[in-house]
Amino acid sequence: MTTPQTETPAAEVLEQEFLLIRAKILEIAAKLDRLDRAEGSANDAQLRQVQAGLKILQETEPGRAERVQLAFSLDYEDGWREKYLGK
Amino acid sequence: MYYIDPHIHMVSRVTDDYETLARMGCVAVSEPAFWAGFDRGSVDGFRDYFRQLTQFEQKRASWSKIQHWTWLCINAKEAEDVKLSREVIAMIPEFMDQPGVLGIGEIGLNKNTKNEAIVFLEHLDLAAKTDELILIHTPHLEDKYKGTRMILDMLCDDQRLDHHRVLVDHVEEHTIGRVLENGFWAGMTLYPTSKCTPERACDMVEMYGPERLLVNSAGDWGPSRPVAVPDFIMAMRKRGHSEALIRKVVYENPLEFFGQSRNFVFTPPEMSEPAGV
Ligand SMILES: [Zn+2]
Repeated sequence: MTTPQTETPAAEVLEQEFLLIRAKILEIAAKLDRLDRAEGSANDAQLRQVQAGLKILQETEPGRAERVQLAFSLDYEDGWREKYLGK
Repeated sequence: MYYIDPHIHMVSRVTDDYETLARMGCVAVSEPAFWAGFDRGSVDGFRDYFRQLTQFEQKRASWSKIQHWTWLCINAKEAEDVKLSREVIAMIPEFMDQPGVLGIGEIGLNKNTKNEAIVFLEHLDLAAKTDELILIHTPHLEDKYKGTRMILDMLCDDQRLDHHRVLVDHVEEHTIGRVLENGFWAGMTLYPTSKCTPERACDMVEMYGPERLLVNSAGDWGPSRPVAVPDFIMAMRKRGHSEALIRKVVYENPLEFFGQSRNFVFTPPEMSEPAGV
């Protein structure tokens, strides 16, 4: 079986997803406003991840979901075997 | 549509859930050994858990006409205790020939620590020596990418392992490609608070194709949705995907992967229906 592309045309996909996309962007906007209204300072590393995630949404190349995941991930360390297993 | 949930912790669910799953079309479940929400105190605690998994749970599933398979191990959370882990690993062979035991799992990493890696490797060694299938848990959230890569390193380092006999579970957009490229099976877990949604699971089927791909609920004692696989089936239908494609992912694929276990026995629902009805 080859990779099954969805047969739904782009216009229809947008039609189906438009209100959901709108709702989720609005939700994020409201959460960022809420954060602004809150007192004191927040976790810098997490804020940077949020900013990186928002930037990825503006990109035009596919693979955004994967890149958002990576923006919220710890880095892989090449030498982990030496550190843990001595090899 | 008949389906199989290849990863669900039924000991944490009530009998009514079996009944609901059956009504949704579930004909079989596979239950990896995992963390109970607290650390067990001794190897005997695990022995009793394995008795429950291999003896009682099959019976309870059968009340709803669901077939039950299981996997044994000490999970990554409790693997921090290396001494206890070694006692459990030494005890596992007592149960490997019980009916319904498909292999070693769910082993893996949780916080990507040294002790977790050591215990993971010792489980791999047991599986390689006894020629068992392997089911792997990958960490959540920020630990997933790093932990999945460490797991793939350890799997690829061991020349004894046949990649087609290993299922790497809880894959998401940033880990699925590497798992499939290396010839392993991949499981997508639909879970309310972390992991994947039915929509994103459909996206991954569209992007990577249905080969060696499974969908599960990983239902457990936490906030989870045991009927998540039917949610995936509905989401695929709404996108216009064929019944044949959906059936491959939720029914034929689990049978193909599990079918490699020497302990695998399955009676298709068509065969168990009374004749002439
Ligand atoms: Zn699990």
